[in-house]
Amino acid sequence: MTSAAPQRPSWMTTPVGGGKATRVTVLMLVLVTTILFLVAPLALIVTSALSGGFSVFMRNLFDAATAHAIWLTVLTALVVVPINIAFGLAAAWTVTKFDFPGRTLLIALIELPYSVSPIVAGVAYLFVYGTQGLFGPLLEHFDIKVMFALPAIFLASLFVTAPFVARELIPLMQVQGTDEEEAAVTLGASGFATFLRVTLPNVRWAVVYGAILCNARVMGEFGAVSVVSGNIRGQTTTLPLQIELLYQDYNVAGAFTAATVLMAVALLTIIIKALLEHFADTDGRLP
Amino acid sequence: MIPGFGLALGTTVLYLGAIVLLPICALLVKASNLGLAEFWMILSSPRTVASIRVTVTMALAATLFNAIYGLLLAWALARYEFYGKRVLDALVDVPFALPTAVAGLALTALFAKNGWFGGPLDRLGIPVAYTPLGIAIAMAFTSLPFVVRTVQPVIEDLGYEVEEAGRSLGASDFQILRKVIFPSIFPAFLAGCSLAFARSLGEFGAVIFIAGNQPMRTEIVALLTFIRLEEYNYAAAAAIAAIMLAMAFVMLVITNTIQAWHLRYLGRGDI
Repeated sequence: MTSAAPQRPSWMTTPVGGGKATRVTVLMLVLVTTILFLVAPLALIVTSALSGGFSVFMRNLFDAATAHAIWLTVLTALVVVPINIAFGLAAAWTVTKFDFPGRTLLIALIELPYSVSPIVAGVAYLFVYGTQGLFGPLLEHFDIKVMFALPAIFLASLFVTAPFVARELIPLMQVQGTDEEEAAVTLGASGFATFLRVTLPNVRWAVVYGAILCNARVMGEFGAVSVVSGNIRGQTTTLPLQIELLYQDYNVAGAFTAATVLMAVALLTIIIKALLEHFADTDGRLP
Repeated sequence: MIPGFGLALGTTVLYLGAIVLLPICALLVKASNLGLAEFWMILSSPRTVASIRVTVTMALAATLFNAIYGLLLAWALARYEFYGKRVLDALVDVPFALPTAVAGLALTALFAKNGWFGGPLDRLGIPVAYTPLGIAIAMAFTSLPFVVRTVQPVIEDLGYEVEEAGRSLGASDFQILRKVIFPSIFPAFLAGCSLAFARSLGEFGAVIFIAGNQPMRTEIVALLTFIRLEEYNYAAAAAIAAIMLAMAFVMLVITNTIQAWHLRYLGRGDI
């Protein structure tokens, strides 16, 4: 921690809570609770998925419905994450490189989806694109299907993940200021070149960081997608919804097999995140 | 002057308008079309009231658990060096990274009567799965990182100088903890708690697996909204969703007020 701290007299050197008894008690409490509360669920997922042996696990994994759900989930991420990156960059660029009236309000708006329950988001979308909704009659007239189909899954995922990339970029770009961009523009670079050659390289790791968090959320989103997808078997069942369907069908091993896929994504996300944070400590390019 | 303001602002506003604001406005319009009498009738129905009560109570219980466990966890991560600290730090992110449906499935199996924890607890006379307690556990799991991640950096920033000053003035460890350390971390702690509480109020995926979803007893507000939709009772779904939105908004204002107070406390400017 404070490695370069000056020499302190001995009666002062033990910080609060630094005594051996306190230290051991707190650490034991924390470690035991963490193992019971955070590690046990992960261990249970793996053991339950493999309870029937590896061949059963593989058969469950390549079950047609589960495989389709995996494909749908990957497709959703492939559509949503790039859009979110583009929005995150535009939003962060707007609120950090410029000062304008309503800036604080705009930041609050960007973060709004964080506070809204996914269920509320799903219901809200139904009142826009559903038959009862704002655009319902219009969509019906042109025979465009948004609700209970892929577009609704994409839209709901875009809603819940809207702040993900922007939130990683805003504090970083705030600290970096506008000096480098102003220098580039003064030297005759166009706005686009400035963005591409100056701003983007400065924030590239934060973009990656935000994107993997966004990806994890998109792949795992349940509530909002559950409402808007209509959960039509074999058509709009993403992987989290497939877990629920299998569980309701009393196919517990199948549900846990589907769960291991999402757990693997989650653990991979955490590992990449930890690596990026470690990397950033030396590079200084992340908040 | 950097160019591109119009384009960037336009994109941002248009995107937020279409993706975030439009649906929320559509929901509010739908709810306000109901009229006060009908709105009140839906909200005051025994089933709605029961679902709000169980959601709020269990969210409070989950937040209380996370307040204590999260504070200890943040303290351990910020103040102690130990073997496996990196792993523990990464584990804190599990509830955010793990999809809620996966968490719900795992917690249900864990706390069911034939589960690793559910068996022993049941013999002690504490059934967890399919009871309100199960709801609280699912909420506590999904909202754990909030308290840890808001308090941890503040404890790390605290430094040892202030407590040394306290010590040289003759204060005991407990006095330093109570009068120096706790006041400094209190705003962040409170902000973390209110974030965790807000998240618990809106949690759906993890809870519905473990709750048993028995009307009047273990049915959360989010699920009731979902059920009303499936019954094509759009008026009730709109009204209940609007109330959830209002609760979220109140929590957002509370959290922001606490955070503004926290920043003033630190003597820093905006952001």
